[in-house]
Amino acid sequence: MPKAILYDSTLCVGCKACEGACAERWRLPYDDKVAAESRLSAHKLTTIQTFGERYSRRLCMHCADPACASVCPVGALQKTALGPVVYDAGKCMGCRYCMLACPFQVPVYEWHNRLPKVRKCDMCYERQIAGKPTACAAACPTGATVCGEREALIAEARRRLAEKPGDYYQRIYGLKEAGGTSVLYISAVPFEQIGLRTNLSQQPMPALTWRALSLVPDVVSVGTVLLGGVWWITNRRDEVARKEGGRQ
Amino acid sequence: MKRLLARLTIWRTIFVALMAAGAFAAYLRVRYGLGSVTNLNDQFPWGIWIGFDILCGVGLAAGGFTLVAVVHIFNIERYKPILRPAILTAFLGYLLVILALLFDLGRPDRIWHPLVMWNPHSVMFEVAWCVTLYTTVLALEFAPAVFERLGWKTPLGWLKFVSVPLMIVGVILSTLHQSSLGSLYLIVPHKLYALWYTPLLPVFFYVSAICVGLAMTIFESWHSSRAFGRELELPLAAGLARVLAVLLTTFLFVRFLDLHDRGALTLLRENRTETWLFGLEILLLAAPAVLLFQGRIRWNPGKLYACAVMVIFGFIANRLNVSVTGMEAGSGTHYIPKWTEVAVTLSIVALGFAVFRVVAQNFPVFEERRAARVRQPVAREAPADDGVPAGVG
Repeated sequence: MPKAILYDSTLCVGCKACEGACAERWRLPYDDKVAAESRLSAHKLTTIQTFGERYSRRLCMHCADPACASVCPVGALQKTALGPVVYDAGKCMGCRYCMLACPFQVPVYEWHNRLPKVRKCDMCYERQIAGKPTACAAACPTGATVCGEREALIAEARRRLAEKPGDYYQRIYGLKEAGGTSVLYISAVPFEQIGLRTNLSQQPMPALTWRALSLVPDVVSVGTVLLGGVWWITNRRDEVARKEGGRQ
Repeated sequence: MKRLLARLTIWRTIFVALMAAGAFAAYLRVRYGLGSVTNLNDQFPWGIWIGFDILCGVGLAAGGFTLVAVVHIFNIERYKPILRPAILTAFLGYLLVILALLFDLGRPDRIWHPLVMWNPHSVMFEVAWCVTLYTTVLALEFAPAVFERLGWKTPLGWLKFVSVPLMIVGVILSTLHQSSLGSLYLIVPHKLYALWYTPLLPVFFYVSAICVGLAMTIFESWHSSRAFGRELELPLAAGLARVLAVLLTTFLFVRFLDLHDRGALTLLRENRTETWLFGLEILLLAAPAVLLFQGRIRWNPGKLYACAVMVIFGFIANRLNVSVTGMEAGSGTHYIPKWTEVAVTLSIVALGFAVFRVVAQNFPVFEERRAARVRQPVAREAPADDGVPAGVG
């Protein structure tokens, strides 16, 4: 069963315990200065953002059919059956196409490293395998971030929306966005008001490039026959002309 | 003669200055990493090294496969005199693209990874394979010039034997990756401005590459006619220009048809940078399209050259719009290349011109050189620039 994370913006108090736990898990330095940064970066793989009195969390969405994994020329990014999208730094050649392609602008780069890697949340993959919750979920004091099976979390989110219809904007973000993600959001206000991109297609992104890529065999076969045919005809015409001592 | 020497010295000075700046930028790149030599960031991961060096570089080298198809597959033999320079341009172009890629990749030591670690769902994987194979094909297509120079008969015979399949493979590979460079951007509908984002990106990239391939062939015929004191092959250049006019018109027609179908034409009413850049791009392609339909312009070397230059700039504008300016708003950021990015780019272009010159002087690239070589050894770096009138009207 694929795992997921549910983030409930209405429960979040902005304590940033998730940020600290995440930094600790990645062995990244974390202090007040880092805590004050609102953007994802090579030293901050999840971040709490403030929108007035509301909070929102940014982290890798772990798409069901991720753009990053589909564009990676070396297959360094992979969607695992367990849910997390994981990254193999040993394969990565640093083309940064994943960063360009990600609809959530999640992958970040070690710009100042001489042997740089891409960085992003991997949903604590090794903890997931062991059946443990992610570091951020374990650290969250209010239950704003919970970790579990995706189906169960969707049911939980629906229950919360139904139980307190007045407190929630009646939709779950991540159910269909970009073909569905393994990080789900619920909130009191429409999602664009807490910084989420709401103009995304419900189709998985990789379909966009695959439509073109899947034509490659046709181009090769039709092209070869066509060019070969043209060559044969034009060449033959010249040959005949030469033999008959015609124009040439 | 004095004036001529003075000009050559200026060019040489510029060349040395560019190479020095490029070398220094290269040192900084290796020593301090991408972050300190580029203005790229997490919001804007691809800059002019991709937008110009790669996208424009590959496109500007398209004359190679276009002329191979014209001369050897469609058997229009009269274009043969300008085939070899076109193949040389393409070969050097691809080598320089690979060089530029070594700057841009975070881990250039792993440039070979896509060849062994496959992801057939990735457009870039396909491009990597096509570019690798096609660079090999170009090397083999240019090899006869080297073997002729060295007088190696046996390998020449082998190459002749495989030449036709090799050329067909070359054209197919080019078709694939010229269009795929456009497909790279199919995955960013949320970032690329609607004047450029269209499912037809691969088709537009392909057709515009052929256009600029023809324009580059005219451009380089003109330049080499001056640099090497040869006559411009005007009937050939004019013939290419005629095809170019038809292709450009078709391209622009389909481009606007697509904008209309997607309802993107209304965007042209908005007063924003993208609108003006789009206008510039279209103007640079539409003007030569109209002009080149007129015989008196096609048969005038100066005007023909000006049209070719316009097409080249229009093409560059298009690629930069897709890869840089059209991506800014959607990425929520601004990007101006750092001096080091510009220095690397310019020094790579300069290197291209210089290597072309040296190779053309030492190998049988131009038709009459093959005969003339024996009589008159090449006077290095001192071509009779104004000695021969550039082409006859």
